[in-house]
Amino acid sequence: MIPELAHFALVLACALALVRTVVALWGAARDDDALMAVAEPVALVECLFVALAFAGLVTLYVSSDFSVTNVFVNSHSAMALVYKVTGVWGNHEGSMLLWVLVLALCSALVALFGANLPPRLRARVLGVEGAIAAAFLLFILATSNPFLRLDPPPAEGQDLNPILQDIGLAIHPPLLYLGYVGCSVSFAFAVAALIEGKIDAAWARWVRPWTLGAWIFLTLGIAMGSYWAYYELGWGGFWFWDPVENASLMPWLATTALLHSALVMEKRDALKVWTVLLAILAFSLSLLGTFLVRSGVLTSVHTFANDPARGVFILAIFSVFVGGAFVLFALRAPALKPGGLFAPISREGALVLNNLLLTAACATMLTGTLYPLALEALTGEKISVGAPFFDRTVGPLLLCTIAVMPIGPLLSWKRGDLKGAAERLAFAAAIAAVVAGLALYLLRGGPLIAAIGLLIALYAIAGSLTEFADRIGLFRAPLADVSARLRGLPRAAFGVLFAHLGIAVSLLGIVSEVGWSEEKIISLKVGDRAEIAGYDIALAGVSQRDGPNYRELVGRMEVRRAGVVVAVLEPAKRLYEARNQPTTEAAIETFGFGQLYASLGEPGGDSIVARFYWKPLVTLIWLGAVLMAFGGALSLSDRRLRIGAPRRARSAMPVPAE
Amino acid sequence: MTRRGRRLVLIGMALGVLGLAAALALSALRESIVFFVTPSELAAKPAEPGKRLRIGGLVEEGSVARDGIDNRFAVTDGAKSLKVTYRGVLPDLFREKQGVVAEGILDASGTFRADTVLAKHDENYMPREVVDGLKKQGVWQGQGSK
Repeated sequence: MIPELAHFALVLACALALVRTVVALWGAARDDDALMAVAEPVALVECLFVALAFAGLVTLYVSSDFSVTNVFVNSHSAMALVYKVTGVWGNHEGSMLLWVLVLALCSALVALFGANLPPRLRARVLGVEGAIAAAFLLFILATSNPFLRLDPPPAEGQDLNPILQDIGLAIHPPLLYLGYVGCSVSFAFAVAALIEGKIDAAWARWVRPWTLGAWIFLTLGIAMGSYWAYYELGWGGFWFWDPVENASLMPWLATTALLHSALVMEKRDALKVWTVLLAILAFSLSLLGTFLVRSGVLTSVHTFANDPARGVFILAIFSVFVGGAFVLFALRAPALKPGGLFAPISREGALVLNNLLLTAACATMLTGTLYPLALEALTGEKISVGAPFFDRTVGPLLLCTIAVMPIGPLLSWKRGDLKGAAERLAFAAAIAAVVAGLALYLLRGGPLIAAIGLLIALYAIAGSLTEFADRIGLFRAPLADVSARLRGLPRAAFGVLFAHLGIAVSLLGIVSEVGWSEEKIISLKVGDRAEIAGYDIALAGVSQRDGPNYRELVGRMEVRRAGVVVAVLEPAKRLYEARNQPTTEAAIETFGFGQLYASLGEPGGDSIVARFYWKPLVTLIWLGAVLMAFGGALSLSDRRLRIGAPRRARSAMPVPAE
Repeated sequence: MTRRGRRLVLIGMALGVLGLAAALALSALRESIVFFVTPSELAAKPAEPGKRLRIGGLVEEGSVARDGIDNRFAVTDGAKSLKVTYRGVLPDLFREKQGVVAEGILDASGTFRADTVLAKHDENYMPREVVDGLKKQGVWQGQGSK
């Protein structure tokens, strides 16, 4: 019964989404309050139905009901409970259902907490969200129904792809989807504003929390995915510039730009058209990501078995929404009034530069990702654009972005004092140069690009701290004043500090990993030793172990430093029996911020190939991302975003746009 | 500064950044793109030694030999096969008769020295280039993608 009921709930949700779209948009066009008021309860009920369908699928997975094809193909009765649950989104159908669930949740949140939005804008936002939801629900029902039955039901499932049986994967897709789908809310706001033909600072204030929320989840999702790939794939790399990874980084770059431009719009009523465009772009890139991952048009290590019919469907969704939004933009954008003026040297100017650099990085990434497709379609030649391309293009652009990052907050709005800012940053730059020089001396040099990156990262850290110290008057005012200022500071100011520190810290980790990692691949017999970065590793034994649904060969390695055992590593080679698929389970030991990483290769005769890495400061990459997300969360909790803004906005509402 | 002047500065800034991005992209594209060839294409038109290439096909049955961290195998597209050497740890899903993509250079003796070997996450998944290559040789069986 459950699959049928859940399927029916999905059909109902799809119908409700269509009703919501039509009634809300029509109501808004006629300015009919009764019609517009339909959107909210419908959005809530629709969310309930999608949640029911999702709960149904979870139940089927947990009870290992192999009469359902999706459960049969992606689950196994011997799997640990947590992986039975996460298996729900470890496959195409289930992950699309999760996507739609998150979308429905976002709509429900707009319906619940949107009381302070002007009714027409709210109805239009809910209408546009409803259209997206309807399209994806149709997609699921037509091409990816997770509730199809199998007759006769098999006794045992085929197991979840073993590399997905991992806690990192349990968290990564939901986070990323919250980010992707969060972008849809900013998109809906942008489209609603374009339909309305009016946009003002209040609009930016409503959009910013949603963008910020989406950005926080994207940041965490990307970091989680990176860490997952790092330890689960056993190659020890944290980023591969794979099309699917790029597809998640591009929306991140776009939302980062959007956050900054929405700030200008909120504070200074400028950059309106650009902000609307970015809101559309951010979600378009999210949709493009979904399309690339789901259609398999690009060769990627992340591409799983796929179906071309789905690609065509998603491409159709993509064309309708993105194409529609851009047509609307082309028609309405000229009518939007330009806002406040500012001198090129000002905080606005700095934020424009930030936006230019981020969008340029994003555009280059898009070019590199789609170029092979275009070239093959035009000439039939197959090429691959890989890491070297992105390292040499996106790398420098992002370095530039981080290099100018500390300057922006030091300039005042409207007209800034670049000389003053430079003077205040000179000290930070000097400290960075000294520390970087010392580090390079101690490390006995390193690659040039890593040295430059190191300098920029240190300078960005020092610069962000300088700006903060400046704000609270540290070293200038008496201590009592400083603590009073510290308490009086809005949370958003701490948010900026942590987010900016976070990106610099991540850069420090990346630079250190790229420039000063050590790698050793060696064939070992029991009793043999290997040495890496001052750690002495001995293979003490190799043994066979049984897990719930796998067997594994475990190498026991003792790590000594100066003769003392400091860690025992147990990397393993697993064989998941249901699929007869091997996986590599790396063993990682953290020393300070660096990590010692060991993984096993194929055993041959009485020896086994082992791969060791020493990665200094590598954990900073992900800790930086956590710092960024923390900064975002602080900023989101700022009273000004929650309470003050809507009230001010409401009083501003009756006045027509200037 | 006049409104016009400000706008000019902004436009100049935009062009500067775009120019930088375009210059980086063009120079990187010229030097870092890698062409994909099948063993048959390579046999018909040998690449100059030392040029980076991507090759793909199926791992030939019975061709895999391991000696410590040195691996030798052959990649075939049904018509021609190409000897490949790789020093390192092969990916988990590397198996005989499975699709594989390798990146590296062709040495003077006609052996492909790979520095990267990719097999995919999913055993049902076959790299698209490999599928096309096999189809070209008429040895493609099955739908490959579920």
